[in-house]
Amino acid sequence: MPDRAFGGGGRYWAWLGVLATLIVAGALAYQRQLALGLGITGLSRDVTWGLYIAQFTFLVGVAASAVVVVLPYYLHDYRVFGRITILGECLAVSAVAMCLLFVFVDMGQPARALNVLLYPTPSSIMFWDMLVLAGYLGLNAVIARATLAAEHRGVPPPRWLGPVIVLSIPWAVSIHTVTAFLYSGLPGRHLWLTALLAPRFLASAFASGPALLILLAMLLRRLTGFDVGREALQKLGLIVAYTMTVNVFFVLVELFTVFYSQAPEAIDHFEFLFLGLEGQAGLVPWMWASVILAVLSLGLLLTPRLRRDMRLLAAACAMVFASLWMDKGLGLIVGGFVPSPLGEVTGYVPTLPEVAIALAIWAVGSLLASVLFKVVVAVRGEPGGPDSHSRSVRAPVEA
Amino acid sequence: MSVDRRAFLGAAGLCALAVTGTRSLEALAGTGRPETAPQGRRVPRWGMVVDLRRCLQADGCTDCIAACERAHNVPRLPSRAHEVKWIWREPYERAFAQRGSGYADEALRGKLVPVLCNHCDNPPCVRVCPVKATWKREDGIVMMDWHRCIGCRYCMAACPYGARSFNWLDPRPRVKEVNPDFPTRTRGVVEKCNFCEERLAQGRGPACVEACRERALAFGDLRDPGSQVREQLRSRHAMRRKPELGTEPSVYYRA
Repeated sequence: MPDRAFGGGGRYWAWLGVLATLIVAGALAYQRQLALGLGITGLSRDVTWGLYIAQFTFLVGVAASAVVVVLPYYLHDYRVFGRITILGECLAVSAVAMCLLFVFVDMGQPARALNVLLYPTPSSIMFWDMLVLAGYLGLNAVIARATLAAEHRGVPPPRWLGPVIVLSIPWAVSIHTVTAFLYSGLPGRHLWLTALLAPRFLASAFASGPALLILLAMLLRRLTGFDVGREALQKLGLIVAYTMTVNVFFVLVELFTVFYSQAPEAIDHFEFLFLGLEGQAGLVPWMWASVILAVLSLGLLLTPRLRRDMRLLAAACAMVFASLWMDKGLGLIVGGFVPSPLGEVTGYVPTLPEVAIALAIWAVGSLLASVLFKVVVAVRGEPGGPDSHSRSVRAPVEA
Repeated sequence: MSVDRRAFLGAAGLCALAVTGTRSLEALAGTGRPETAPQGRRVPRWGMVVDLRRCLQADGCTDCIAACERAHNVPRLPSRAHEVKWIWREPYERAFAQRGSGYADEALRGKLVPVLCNHCDNPPCVRVCPVKATWKREDGIVMMDWHRCIGCRYCMAACPYGARSFNWLDPRPRVKEVNPDFPTRTRGVVEKCNFCEERLAQGRGPACVEACRERALAFGDLRDPGSQVREQLRSRHAMRRKPELGTEPSVYYRA
């Protein structure tokens, strides 16, 4: 079955070539970082985590969002999601792989990475985050492989898969909750020191991930003719509308607490992000762009007439994804470090090698997703294959 | 002998289980060690008292910093972004509260006060480290293992005092004069003040305390009511940095 990845047209190979080039460029930049140290990044004594860890945080959300299609399909036997669910699982696998890579390139001593396993530390949230991420990667890989293999042979999926799928649902929630706990349990970091961080992470994840999935499914239809169905995309669009609304509500709740209480510690961080502090205003246009995209996307998503237009739905999804990527993929992490616990206001701009390495990891993820999608499309398109709603993979869990 | 071997083994096993059980619970909660060692030996709790009045008498004095850097091969990096700091000076407002105390601290405003790792009783950095590269000793010193640190910098995010530094670049060429009695560090690891544990082991006080001509720094056993540090804390009002966070610093500042 994996051989399906190798049959492809010129366009497919050209795309893989582009990704390979990005990966090679990033590998060269990483070699430089290995030789000289993390000093070649834009990070500093005050802003100790930046683009890498922010991308990791954002992508954990993308990975967790697979639950939005897995849950209705397997738990409630919602057949409309039959074809998009396997795409969601493959996207989750690629996203977790990217997460692990982003953590790896952020390490000052990557050769000692195994120390995390040699000296397991239950008091460290990082230890638990690593466990849940590795577990989630395994779960999704197993589920996607087993369902596809069953389809390939034209038989129902094995019975043991049922409990595995059920387990993957709370597990998806756990990966983003634990990732939020990485931040929200730190004293003296007032932007993150809020119990709302985990719910906010989940809401934004369940908006950004499905938004990406809708866009990828549309792209897949245009490129390969593989159609997940209009109804599935519309339902997923409705989910994005709800989750994005909840996400924006959470942000407003946070703003109320911070600004009405007038407690200075947390206000400073928001001022840095949205107004600039002590002359450091690099993130201000970035954060406002995120806000404007969020508002515009909500306008499109919450108007049924507009959301039903597939082009506008695509535009709304692109806006949701961009808005949340800007917020979580940089602002939220950098903003937590500025001002520092000593009140220092330090700017942060990723450097060229840093951006090249980040792009390369995105390319690795895209490569993985492309190959996995290719296999899915090939298996589903087999003559006599299970590519019809009536014969689509039977839900192993009866709701 | 009235205790037969089986009973003895059973009891020993239960004891072992109890010890490992509480140990793992402690590890899970990230709580510290008991106040005394199992043998009943009294363990000191090292602490420092900074007398701000004395310290600020000689404005601009940096003898403590120079002594620390010499003793520990602390590199000097030109850019502020990559600085490595063990003991350094911060404006009073930054060291204590970002907004000061209104008119009450007029005499201290704008003055540079020495800051260092607080060797907290309840250190967040120790709690978050995923590889136990930083840990708290029985005597309260928060230690760093530079050979185990993976450079994830989670401890830096957790420290509410900005007391930890990361070697963004290779520190070795940036050490002015290498002290062969103390290790140099490699790039990609976190470092910070260690209360001169290598000197304490020889029965000497910390280098910064020794170097201070104004005798503004006092060091000693906080658990000993008769110690010089306890005497100093008794005689005048003292404060700690960010007490509201519950980290329980063991560095005190006499106002």
